[in-house]
Amino acid sequence: MQARRLLGLPVRVWQIALLVALVGAWHLASRNPQVAFFFGEPLVVAQRLVAWFTENPGTLDVGTRETTWFTLQLPAEIYAHLLVTLTETVLAFAIGTVAGLGAGFWLGLSSGAAAVFDPYIKAANAMPRVILAPIFAMWFGLGIWSKVALAVTLVFFIVFFNVYQGVREVSAVVLNNARMLGASQRQLLRHVYLPSATSWVFSSLHTSVGLAFVGAVVGEYLGSARGVGYLILQAEGTFDVNTVFAGIVVLTVFALALDAVVGWLERRLLKWQPNSGSPGKSLY
Amino acid sequence: MDGAVMQAFSLIDVTCTFATPNGGGSYVATSQVNLDVAQGEFVSVVGPTGCGKSTLLNVAAGLLAPTAGRVEVFGQALQGLNRRAGYMFQGDSLMPWKSALDNVAAGLVFRGVAAQDAARQAQGWLKRVGLGGFGDRYPHQMSGGMRKRVMLAQMLILEPDIVLMDEPFSALDVQTRQLMENEVLELWSAKRRAVLFITHDLDEAIAMSDRVLVMSAGPAAHLIGDFAIDLPRPRDVIEIRAHPRFIELHRTIWDALRDEVLKGYARQMEAH
Repeated sequence: MQARRLLGLPVRVWQIALLVALVGAWHLASRNPQVAFFFGEPLVVAQRLVAWFTENPGTLDVGTRETTWFTLQLPAEIYAHLLVTLTETVLAFAIGTVAGLGAGFWLGLSSGAAAVFDPYIKAANAMPRVILAPIFAMWFGLGIWSKVALAVTLVFFIVFFNVYQGVREVSAVVLNNARMLGASQRQLLRHVYLPSATSWVFSSLHTSVGLAFVGAVVGEYLGSARGVGYLILQAEGTFDVNTVFAGIVVLTVFALALDAVVGWLERRLLKWQPNSGSPGKSLY
Repeated sequence: MDGAVMQAFSLIDVTCTFATPNGGGSYVATSQVNLDVAQGEFVSVVGPTGCGKSTLLNVAAGLLAPTAGRVEVFGQALQGLNRRAGYMFQGDSLMPWKSALDNVAAGLVFRGVAAQDAARQAQGWLKRVGLGGFGDRYPHQMSGGMRKRVMLAQMLILEPDIVLMDEPFSALDVQTRQLMENEVLELWSAKRRAVLFITHDLDEAIAMSDRVLVMSAGPAAHLIGDFAIDLPRPRDVIEIRAHPRFIELHRTIWDALRDEVLKGYARQMEAH
């Protein structure tokens, strides 16, 4: 448990004091133009953020490369970029998770296939996959799909290894009990293997959503026309360090928000697990 | 055999051999075991820890094919899982992602009973084991005793002709355990099934059974004693312990068991 009070004051107060102290020190140091050039100025960063969220209303065409399904009217500049990054993250997460689940189940239940694929999976996982970004850009172009592909390679392995582990480590007693109760192979899959693996997937959810986000932003950063990573890349091109910092702030807040959504989902879907269930009923 | 008593199931010359984990050798767990349980009979097997009692139960359940020998269920050779048997495992065998109600209903759902009907029957069984108001609890939200009750209901809802129990109450505290023993006896006497009950607790075995079998220490464990328990029924597991015949039986069976327990203990010490 977190201490709620420290030296008579709520911890929250100390947390805010630390933030104020750091930003204050940054502000004072950036009076020096040399420092300001390299580290930016908090006030300018803040102005940049406000401008992003209030100025330059724009539009975002949604559709395939050839056809536009509909055009979104957005109130300020940042929203189109955020939407693009979010879409890439969600798509990569969904595709990576489904593929990881499928592959994890297949190899987890078939030891022959697992033995054959083992070295290749280890190699693919060991490979620094950011290196694939230029290849994906060649294959899928500079639109969202090259970013989705990069992020999928990150998400897939996290989910895959967790499901694989989850399937292999299903409790033998629970499995035998279900068999004695008359479960067929298919019912075992649905009532035992799948829920067991789901808990493993959820335990990796925070990591895999985070990595989907990293993949999307890194993909944008390496070549794109939209997205928060693109904004940062543009700003770097003109040595506009304040905009870079503003981009980092947006990404951080966004990542925290995604994490909160995952936490909420987890509490709802895994209420059968100890320590994640409704606090009123569980035994701590 | 074809006389008055119909055997619910029989293990005939059952030998089980396992490969040792570090390759090469093999370990003979049970050797030439012959065991019959008649319809409606409550039989316990006692023996030192690690003597292969659970192995016999797994063979009777069809979860483990014996290396040699065979199993007959109501006169038929057993192929694959024993569909007429319910098995209550020693460890936590409930599906932790299902509520108590869904766990109890699981067997019926597997058999294709409609969800509503299954839930209604499961609720009835939960009530019978004293957990009527706990259907929405998940296993981790229940005490050890409550989980055992759910396991009991989960097994009995399928009305098995044969009940296999593997040290079902060994993890419970003494009071809960005696309560559960009495409840099992009550449920059993209401609808007599063939029961094979594994335990290392001789008191429990005598208090509950019609017959107590004693197993030797492993390896190559086999049955070394067969004692009829001629105590009156219905029994209360606490009161029956003061019965003079109980004490007499206990002394007789313990004489047979003691040497094996010491042997088993010595072997375990060697192994570590």
